[in-house]
Amino acid sequence: MSLFQKTIRELHQMLVDREISSLELTESVLDQIAAVGEKTKAYLVVTRELALRQAKAADERLRARRDVRPLTGIPIALKDVLCVRDVVSTAGSKILKGFSPPYSATVVERLEAEGAVFLGKTNCDEFAMGSSNENSGYWPVHNPWALDRVPGGSSGGSAAAVASGEAIGALGSDTGGSIRQPAALTGIVGFKPTYGRVSRYGLIAFASSLDQIGPMTKDVADSAILLQAVAGHDPRDSTSSPRPVPDYLSTLRNGVKGMRLGVPKEYFVAGMEPAVEQAVRDAIRLLEQQGASIEEVSLPHSDVALPAYYIIAPAEASSNLARYDGVRYGYQAEGAKNLIEQYMLTRQQGFGPEVKRRIVLGTYALSSGYYDAYYLQAQKVRTLIIDDFKRAFERVDALLGATSPTVAFTLGAKTQDPVAMYLNDIITIPANLGNVCGISVPCGLADGLPIGLQVIAPGFREEIALQVAYAFEAAADFRKLQSPLMRAAA
Amino acid sequence: MSAVATRYEVVVGLEVHAQVLTQSKMFCSCSTDYLTAPPNSHTCPVCLGLPGALPVINRRAVEGTIRTALALNCEIPEFSKFDRKNYFYPDLPKGYQISQYDLPFSRNGHLEFDVKGEARRCGITRVHLEEDTGKLLHAGAIDQAQSSLVDFNRAGVPLMEIVSEPDLRSADEARQYVVELRAILQYLGINNGDMESGQLRCDANVSLRPAGRAELGTKVEIKNMNSFRAIHRAIEYEIGRQSEVLDSGGRLVQETRGWNDARGLTVSQRTKEFAEDYRYFPEPDLPPLEVSRKWVAEIRASLPELPAARRLRFVTAYGLTPYDASLLTSSKPMAGFFEETVRLGAPAKAAANWILGDFSRLLNADRKEIEQSSVKPAHVQELIQLIDSGVISGKMAKETFEIMYREHDPGPALTALKGSSQISGDAELEAIADQVIAENAQSVADFKAGKERALKFLIGQGMKISKGRANPQRLEASLRAKIT
Repeated sequence: MSLFQKTIRELHQMLVDREISSLELTESVLDQIAAVGEKTKAYLVVTRELALRQAKAADERLRARRDVRPLTGIPIALKDVLCVRDVVSTAGSKILKGFSPPYSATVVERLEAEGAVFLGKTNCDEFAMGSSNENSGYWPVHNPWALDRVPGGSSGGSAAAVASGEAIGALGSDTGGSIRQPAALTGIVGFKPTYGRVSRYGLIAFASSLDQIGPMTKDVADSAILLQAVAGHDPRDSTSSPRPVPDYLSTLRNGVKGMRLGVPKEYFVAGMEPAVEQAVRDAIRLLEQQGASIEEVSLPHSDVALPAYYIIAPAEASSNLARYDGVRYGYQAEGAKNLIEQYMLTRQQGFGPEVKRRIVLGTYALSSGYYDAYYLQAQKVRTLIIDDFKRAFERVDALLGATSPTVAFTLGAKTQDPVAMYLNDIITIPANLGNVCGISVPCGLADGLPIGLQVIAPGFREEIALQVAYAFEAAADFRKLQSPLMRAAA
Repeated sequence: MSAVATRYEVVVGLEVHAQVLTQSKMFCSCSTDYLTAPPNSHTCPVCLGLPGALPVINRRAVEGTIRTALALNCEIPEFSKFDRKNYFYPDLPKGYQISQYDLPFSRNGHLEFDVKGEARRCGITRVHLEEDTGKLLHAGAIDQAQSSLVDFNRAGVPLMEIVSEPDLRSADEARQYVVELRAILQYLGINNGDMESGQLRCDANVSLRPAGRAELGTKVEIKNMNSFRAIHRAIEYEIGRQSEVLDSGGRLVQETRGWNDARGLTVSQRTKEFAEDYRYFPEPDLPPLEVSRKWVAEIRASLPELPAARRLRFVTAYGLTPYDASLLTSSKPMAGFFEETVRLGAPAKAAANWILGDFSRLLNADRKEIEQSSVKPAHVQELIQLIDSGVISGKMAKETFEIMYREHDPGPALTALKGSSQISGDAELEAIADQVIAENAQSVADFKAGKERALKFLIGQGMKISKGRANPQRLEASLRAKIT
């Protein structure tokens, strides 16, 4: 077994035992990137020099046994929406081509403090807008399980990197499902924490009231470790919560015996693939066998979550993306005769079609005369969804459902139909609107393609989501499933 | 104007923007010192609007806004929030300004002020808080410049917007409203009231309606008025312009016009058809604010004496006329100067006369504020005492005061007067005049060439030699006789 196939937990033990060095480990992962990177196209930038430098520094720390943390010496990939000082950070967009921020995101600083090793910036849908990674301003990402399939999105590069052994773990961001859906489609674990659990400082914004950074890893314990490292209040993000961060590993193995788990009937949506439904129903049964009591619950406003999301998120995006005018940084169109023309040409050439679609949608929704009918109405729907979850969590500890209604689809299959693409996120969006947390954990394969089980827990009860997901993972043992790209190299 | 006033009623509402004098900016820890710092030296990812940077509210700026609102008798709601005002402009780095839309920090206040001794009251719609923009520097005139530079030092400086009701009925009222508002801001220590540098800025909405009509006429917004005088002139001009259009049967367009101070007229900048849709929506990067009643009570308890109260006290405690009290209290430093002079023993009326008379005349001519002068309350008090005790004449005191005012240290001129009597004897004066002429050949030549000011200087030198004891009229006569 190659080092890149192992988990954070396993590798941490080996590093502490001095069985391996971080440099060896980092080189193993860099070699895998060299071997399969052209197939997955998971990275936009590989920071090889930085990684080797950080690995050597981590080895110093390990050798001296000085402040050794769970992520010291572990190679991590960062979604391109995260700012890393002096490393090109573009959010997958041409409009930020060549932009090297003079600062790092808070999560990046926290990982640096842990002694983690940065492999590079992973590909994603432009400004995290998409569910297939085909909206990248650079190139699409290929699913390590079947290269003609999408890896999901928008954190498709992070998902593909972890699933192919091109990273031990990764950070993604999730606005409407962008961590969980690609995790499900690539057979890994992806966790969207509650809004406010992780600082957004330095996360290039898509929709500020929904964006949340989270871990993407090979298993549930690794997600707990990665979340532990980045969670917690940040004075630079006023929307980050001052609540203390519990010790996620200490409750991870508590099991589901005696827990009440709800199955929202609305989550078995029309158009769900039978194999996906079957795998999820099997997973629910397995949890029942582990001692959980299962009951059907209702989240009656689930059907209006998607339309509300496609008002709120584009509205915020239309404002967040106004700063990209080509004047101060990033791409600047040439040949403009005046300032207005320069703005227009820069944005015409710098943004891709999906981003433009959402800017137009959001601008319209906020326009004078339409605000009440669209944005305000959508905010009211958001309140109903929050109330749906509150009522459900009075009865049950966590909710279970599929992450995505389908397995990974073929590249190009949905690019002509935006609404069909939007429907990918129909079961993940409510968790973003509802201020709760959700984790996707592998629960089987259909025709060789991974399926994800979604566990949703109340706001700031990340430990519950992790506990249920871990219990399932331990009982089902799908953890040993590896993508062909990962297996081939072994 | 009186003809216009009978045919039309003038309706004016003002929007005053005032920077809040905090150490750091509204949403980041950069310094607010943008006037003296090199361009773009006080900037960071937050105030430059770099991707991923997030705002954090400066509590001191919020406190300053609530202080101002309380001084303007506003209600302070328990909940408030920030909103985004979206528009493209190169001085606005994020493409939106963080401002307040439907839940400002305050609303429903009023401001009382005097116009020529008559009390007036103007409603305050709201006081809200927002961030200032950067500053554009054009290479030449704005319409011809080949390039423009932008300085973001000012971007993110806390800025209050104080919106009045359309309660003002003349240019005089509008000016006095701003005079009083400026004084209040100074008293609160929130803004130093400097209009030229833009720390205090004023826009006016002006419309006319036929006398007796209830509905408002078409309003015109006037921008770029950088002094009290400009506010008055611009509104007067606009009243005249609008009434001419209406008299000739024309229709006014709703538009923004810029005041051109040099040409003394307003120029159309943009009309309503091109008005922006700012697409306000709640700022998702900042949670809504709960303004606790305890905090409001603490701020209210810490409010200093405000101009209106001080004015009243000056009338009752010092027996000043309301007019003098009003002039003295319109500037916090001047009111403080007066009180200190009185505290040192000067009679109130005499102190007020000196400060509002000779002293103000000299300050105004130099465009200086009272606190910048080397003359201090003790000097004025001593001078008054010398007159009252009959040591010197009022006329002599006036001339000595001007010398004191011009000196870096007014002490010696004053000391010279003390305990001495005037030198009026011809022989002594002749000797002084001779010495002055001998020592100041250039000024003598200047005076001969027709420069009347040179004589003033020579008299000053004579006063100096005589340690202030020479009778100035006789010294002048003597000098004139000797030189010509």
